[in-house]
Amino acid sequence: MYQYDYYDQTLVDERVAQYRGQVQRYLAGELSDDEFRPLRLMNGLYLQRHAPMLRVAIPYGLLSSRQLRTLAHIARRYDKGFGHFTTRQNIQYNWPKLEETPDILAELAQVQMHAIQTSGNCIRNVTADHLAGVAPDEIEDPRIYCEIIRQWSTFHPEFSYLPRKFKIAVTGAAYDRAAAQVHDIGLNLVRAETGQIGFRVLVGGGLGRTPLIGRVIREFLPERDLLTYLEAILRVYNQQGRRDNLYKARIKILVKALGTEKFRTQVEAEWEQIRNSGLALDQAEIERVRRYFSPPPYETNAVDDLSFEQWLKADKAFADWIKQNIAPHKIAGYRNVFVALKEPHVPPGDISADQMDAVADIADHYSFGMVRSTHHQNLLLTDVRQADLYPLWHTLKSQKLAAPVIGTLADMICCPGLDFCSLANASSISVADQINEKFDRLDYLYDLGDLRLNLSGCMNACGHHHVGHIGILGVDKKGEEWYQISLGGSSENDVSLGDILGPSVPKTEVANTLERILRVYVEYRENDERFLDTFRRIGLEPFRVRAYAPGSHEAKQEEQRHAVGY
Amino acid sequence: MQSVIKDRRIVEDRWQHVADDAELPAGPVIVSLARWRKEQAVLRERGEWVGVRLPNTTNIADLAADLPTLALVALEFPKFADGRAYSQARLLRERHGYQGEIRAVGDVLRDQLFFMARSGFDAFELRADRSLEDALEAFNDFSESYQPAADQPLPLYRRRSGA
Ligand code: SF4
Repeated sequence: MYQYDYYDQTLVDERVAQYRGQVQRYLAGELSDDEFRPLRLMNGLYLQRHAPMLRVAIPYGLLSSRQLRTLAHIARRYDKGFGHFTTRQNIQYNWPKLEETPDILAELAQVQMHAIQTSGNCIRNVTADHLAGVAPDEIEDPRIYCEIIRQWSTFHPEFSYLPRKFKIAVTGAAYDRAAAQVHDIGLNLVRAETGQIGFRVLVGGGLGRTPLIGRVIREFLPERDLLTYLEAILRVYNQQGRRDNLYKARIKILVKALGTEKFRTQVEAEWEQIRNSGLALDQAEIERVRRYFSPPPYETNAVDDLSFEQWLKADKAFADWIKQNIAPHKIAGYRNVFVALKEPHVPPGDISADQMDAVADIADHYSFGMVRSTHHQNLLLTDVRQADLYPLWHTLKSQKLAAPVIGTLADMICCPGLDFCSLANASSISVADQINEKFDRLDYLYDLGDLRLNLSGCMNACGHHHVGHIGILGVDKKGEEWYQISLGGSSENDVSLGDILGPSVPKTEVANTLERILRVYVEYRENDERFLDTFRRIGLEPFRVRAYAPGSHEAKQEEQRHAVGY
Repeated sequence: MQSVIKDRRIVEDRWQHVADDAELPAGPVIVSLARWRKEQAVLRERGEWVGVRLPNTTNIADLAADLPTLALVALEFPKFADGRAYSQARLLRERHGYQGEIRAVGDVLRDQLFFMARSGFDAFELRADRSLEDALEAFNDFSESYQPAADQPLPLYRRRSGA
């Protein structure tokens, strides 16, 4: 992974000093709430419902065991012994004290970590495919470019007060595992026929109130032009993005208003002016950064191990776990192992300090000391030898980190909701609980197959409900929590936004409604068709008709709406 | 006379902001873009320095021809969180090679000075209730920067040892 040199370390240390001064001035009354807000946000600090929330950056989801131990220490010392992994591969602490946040940042700086630009109207932490560097279908390792983008975007003088937040995701494989199409900028690494590496550039994707899928504004951008092109896009956005309305300030609204063509023309015109500036990437710099991501020393005979096959046959529970929680690895004899943060009765993405320490030990033992966080709020150990999978599984099980549910309905994405977030309409976490209770039988979960369930507590869509195969959104109806369900979303290559089922349902009915929807799926599916594919084949109607409890107010509402032809 | 920060020092301000309907006083004046457009001839003939105050929506390219005669361009921050003027300043310096004073006016606060300076601002009219002495410290917030900007044409990696 990338290692700080004198310069990187100095910048992070200076940031801690700067922030410490800002907190002191705020506490002394020299900075108003309004003045302090963007400063603290650019250091990841929210002032929330119950307490401040601190979001720590995990650049493109990569952590060393040493860093993870520091995260555990922070959870213990400054929080209530927990951390929460987010859909953008970061970690959040829900109970730090404002006065102590500079100390937390100082502890992070000691292990080359920070909370820089994890919030605020600036360029946020860049995210990547969690299988970067180990995916069999990889064209090029996106982490190299993520790190280059991280450095360029850190303390960017021109783009620290943008109209709104700005998120970039980079994918390096044929398959999009980073939801790049719903980011402000999505970059897909591609290889031209000449063998040259470059990027397909998408702009203007995003969820929230106005969900939109990104538009391709350039099919091939050579790697040397990466930063100049990004700078051109950001400059057009900084000058023209709307600042009069919070909900219309994202770049997607600008791209939509101008039209893709006009936006592209403006970006290209700006880019022409700067493409040969000092910002053009040097091949030597790409190579320098690449060296930090060279593969670990794999054993060439890892594939000769026979014990793995034997345990697969001998232990059904192990075989289930392997089937669900393992992703293929590009090196024969190695596997990528998901550490599931989806234990029933634990909020999705939550992990205790003791579990973090345990995962750090496991990583040292089995995966070259490296851990990753994923977009789906789990952890991942890359580079595990197949011979080690059985003992590793036992250790994970003893830590309650082996729920064999990756990719199933129980592998939900869920935002913190009412429990922590001041914007929430809904207690997403207790709804997740309700669903887990209803669908607690593994054989049923396995029968339902690949299913992405995404849950957001409000329109801001931190839980990415629009792109869940099934999406659930908390809405407020006269002070009561209701839930709107949508079907048919996806954030992967086959990207789509879900269709709203119909009237929202009361909190008590969420799991029951899901059950009825899934019964329709099981009836209609052909062979081993996924839920999403069945939905795409048969459409919303069969689900709509049977989703609501017979005789319920919602069912009647639906019938009436249908009877009058909407 | 009011004090401003200029080239990282506190100095007495020689410039006067002049409202559109006010008489032109003796000495260097800063006028609105509208007034500059209307009274350019008069302003040029006075033999005094002229500065123009631009809204942050002005396209800098539209002003390119006038730049050689302008000793100062004042860029506005209606709210400190409105960052459009950072782009204007960089364009003035980096694209149009503007050498005169670029002055930040409006909601100008210490915590943004470092970024403003990097973008090409060299003069700052701080909000009246703030200490200029304290604000001077902001220029030293960081000793290095990753990306090129108006103050530094090369990225940090070109200065890393062994690079
Ligand atoms: S979706 Fe809404 S409730 Fe959930 S974390 Fe985001 S802002 Fe908070």
